[in-house]
Amino acid sequence: MSDDRGEGKGFDRRRFLQLAGGGVVVALVGLGARFALKRDREFDYPEDLNAYLRIGRDGRVTVFSGKIEMGQGVMTSLAQMLAEELGVSVASVDMVMGDTRECPPDAGTFGSLTTRVFGPALREAGAKARSALLGLAAKRLGAPRTALAVDDGVVSVRGAPSRRVTYADLAGGAKILRVVDRRVALRAAKDFTVIGRSVARLDGPAKVTGVAKYAGDLRLPGMLYARLLRPPMHGAMLVRIDTAAAERVPGARIVQHQGLIAALHADPQGAETAVQAIRSSWSEPATTVDSESIFDHLVAVGGEPNEIAKHGDVEAARARAPHLLKSVFHKGYVAHAPMEPHTALAEIKDGRATIWASTQTPFPTRDRVAKMLGMRRDAVRVITPFVGGGFGGKSAGQQVLEAARLAQLTRRPVMVEWTRDEEFFYDTFDPAAVVEVASAADPSGRIALWDYAVFGAGARGAAPIYASPNMRIVAASSGPEIHPFAVGPWRAPGANMNVWARESQIDRMAAALGQDPLEFRLRNVAEPRLRRALEAVGTAFGWQSGPAPSRRGQGIACSIDAGTCVATAAAVRVDAATGRVTVDRIVCAQDMGIVVNPEGAKMQIEGGLTMGLGYTLAEELHFRGGDILDRNFGTYQIPRFSWVPRIEAILLENDALAPQGGGEPAITTTGAVIANAVFDATGVRFYRLPMTPVRVMDALAKSAKT
Amino acid sequence: MMRVLTFRLNGVERTLDIDDARALLYVLRDDLGLTGAKYGCGVGYCAACTVLLDDVPIRACVTPAAAIDGHAVTTVEGLASGGVLHPLQQAFIDHGAFQCGYCTSGMLLGAVALLRSNPHPTREQVVQALEGHLCRCGAHQRILAAIEAVAAQGAAAGDVR
Repeated sequence: MSDDRGEGKGFDRRRFLQLAGGGVVVALVGLGARFALKRDREFDYPEDLNAYLRIGRDGRVTVFSGKIEMGQGVMTSLAQMLAEELGVSVASVDMVMGDTRECPPDAGTFGSLTTRVFGPALREAGAKARSALLGLAAKRLGAPRTALAVDDGVVSVRGAPSRRVTYADLAGGAKILRVVDRRVALRAAKDFTVIGRSVARLDGPAKVTGVAKYAGDLRLPGMLYARLLRPPMHGAMLVRIDTAAAERVPGARIVQHQGLIAALHADPQGAETAVQAIRSSWSEPATTVDSESIFDHLVAVGGEPNEIAKHGDVEAARARAPHLLKSVFHKGYVAHAPMEPHTALAEIKDGRATIWASTQTPFPTRDRVAKMLGMRRDAVRVITPFVGGGFGGKSAGQQVLEAARLAQLTRRPVMVEWTRDEEFFYDTFDPAAVVEVASAADPSGRIALWDYAVFGAGARGAAPIYASPNMRIVAASSGPEIHPFAVGPWRAPGANMNVWARESQIDRMAAALGQDPLEFRLRNVAEPRLRRALEAVGTAFGWQSGPAPSRRGQGIACSIDAGTCVATAAAVRVDAATGRVTVDRIVCAQDMGIVVNPEGAKMQIEGGLTMGLGYTLAEELHFRGGDILDRNFGTYQIPRFSWVPRIEAILLENDALAPQGGGEPAITTTGAVIANAVFDATGVRFYRLPMTPVRVMDALAKSAKT
Repeated sequence: MMRVLTFRLNGVERTLDIDDARALLYVLRDDLGLTGAKYGCGVGYCAACTVLLDDVPIRACVTPAAAIDGHAVTTVEGLASGGVLHPLQQAFIDHGAFQCGYCTSGMLLGAVALLRSNPHPTREQVVQALEGHLCRCGAHQRILAAIEAVAAQGAAAGDVR
């Protein structure tokens, strides 16, 4: 490990003073930023540990993280990681998250990176602080460091517990500025007392009492609610507008600025009334593609694909394969549909902008706001209250720019809360995608050829987890230019498509060979951790060996995502009369390395699998060109209580491995495991998601005829 | 129409002089400062705005203020009493029956209404009662477990209010 930024930045005196005003400071300078995302140097984590934590005079520890809490539970797991290293109880930790003035810079909360990448940086800050405090305690108590023990923020001499001093006393006795010039070891897994425990979520009491504040719950004196005039479809151009009637709505104010047209009012219903009173006509673009023609379009415009993996001689293997299995898989656009629509409250006062926003990317959003307003970025502060679900969809920040611009134009605080209609219209959807795959096995049941191409979704989840001597994996563009409206990251971006396609094809191969799908996977997976997950899930599920279709309705699928090995088994029933797929049970086993909060990790597994029922069985955006036809939950169905199976999450112990991703891996297997179970139940293979009742009925009818 | 409405809000008598066609959700969130009920869809599909009118769960986003005149309204802010959480609130914490928390207020009130009218529901009855409540995080299994735990406690300790 080395400081790859050269001299290092040293201690920021201004920040020191700022912190000193708010409490007692232990100021140390460590080594370089080791935990940065390589691709995003701008948001490297700082070396100054004061950026991460502050010990108050009352002994409470405030932790600062640029990550945000949107339900995934990191408020709690980060507090655990810091508490473990610093030597305090979780109950003494207060979390400040997603506030660009208070927190260390961060590229955003996505990619299952909070525990994997921010976690080590936070733990190291805690370990350095503990080391420095122990040094001070040794002096204060007149005992060598090695004779000291720490318990919940109290340092005492082993064997003489009355010789003690608290962190608060130590940090308060003097403002300390010193350099930690050596690497501080993180605590070993065998010594953990806080990590690995199912600590109750810190956000629980606030969330069950209604006290928890989301951006839309905030109120400022003199604030206005804004409703924006929206085009009827993407690509439409405003031809005529008449705001006379809208301006007669009592209390309403109409703003027009560079294409931004908004009605503002002190009352949200007043703003709604006024925006409805705006008369406008639009030129509508010619329809290009729709929900059905999109797949041919994606293949046609995909362009030169990127090679993800290649070895052996794919063409020769294709030519000599006696039974080449070729498949084409299609999946439509899927909405994020968080329960909280995009919201932002912006205030610009005395040359400073403050924005409370429902966002996964407070720092990049701050920079975009600063650029738009022509302000220095240190004059803009984004504060992230609780976020009501994100799933990747709250990365873009359009509503923040809208609120900031309107606050600038009106010189009043402005709240922009998207309606559900706007939430669907401006979603950055999970892209529609196509996978074309050809594969073959040798007579012994080993994969001899794997030739795979994905269009539209990107490469995540396409990389090989099965060994094959002849392999080619390519991914065509997944960029915005090939889609008729915005697309973006959606919980494990691209992986839901790729894992469904890959695991369906693996299942086809096993069935063609007359082999058990679990045994076929075990024979061909390369990663031992994944083998163990498969074996564990097979045992826990009570997998009954034999080739599919067995008519039992059992399915299996596996993947490696965000460093986590995941294997999932499911039991389904298919009602031929209605086409309805009922999922009775899902068992999911994960090796995710060290588990910080086991119950929290299980919530993420259960949540991911449940959310995944949507893209598997129902969710698909209907559109004609830029015209989004699904605008609310009446036509766009997301999982409901009656859909939810019994879900069992199994965490495989692996304390030798640092914590891996937890929010995304499980959902990547949902489509595949259910599709494979449906095949086992019916003998019908599905090449299109979602498997809606109409499609299931049609497919069953077709297969009955043949 | 502007008029004076008289109602009980979380156990306290209130009067409000307002436009009685105004959506109850905005009356609660903007006029009364109770932001626990959430906007999720605006048309009654998602149930994030659920509050109780007497003992009946209603969608505040599509309910005109006139409906509360002479009735009792309960929001999530009125569930705990004397600093003690309602058994369902405690059970939601104990079972981890929420993630982002945005649907939680509505879920809790839907569950309170269920257990008041049917203290010992079957699994199917709980599912039916909450079928209209959407949760995008996928906390469903734990929400069901929390409600069933309270129903089971109620069987032993007298039913929940």
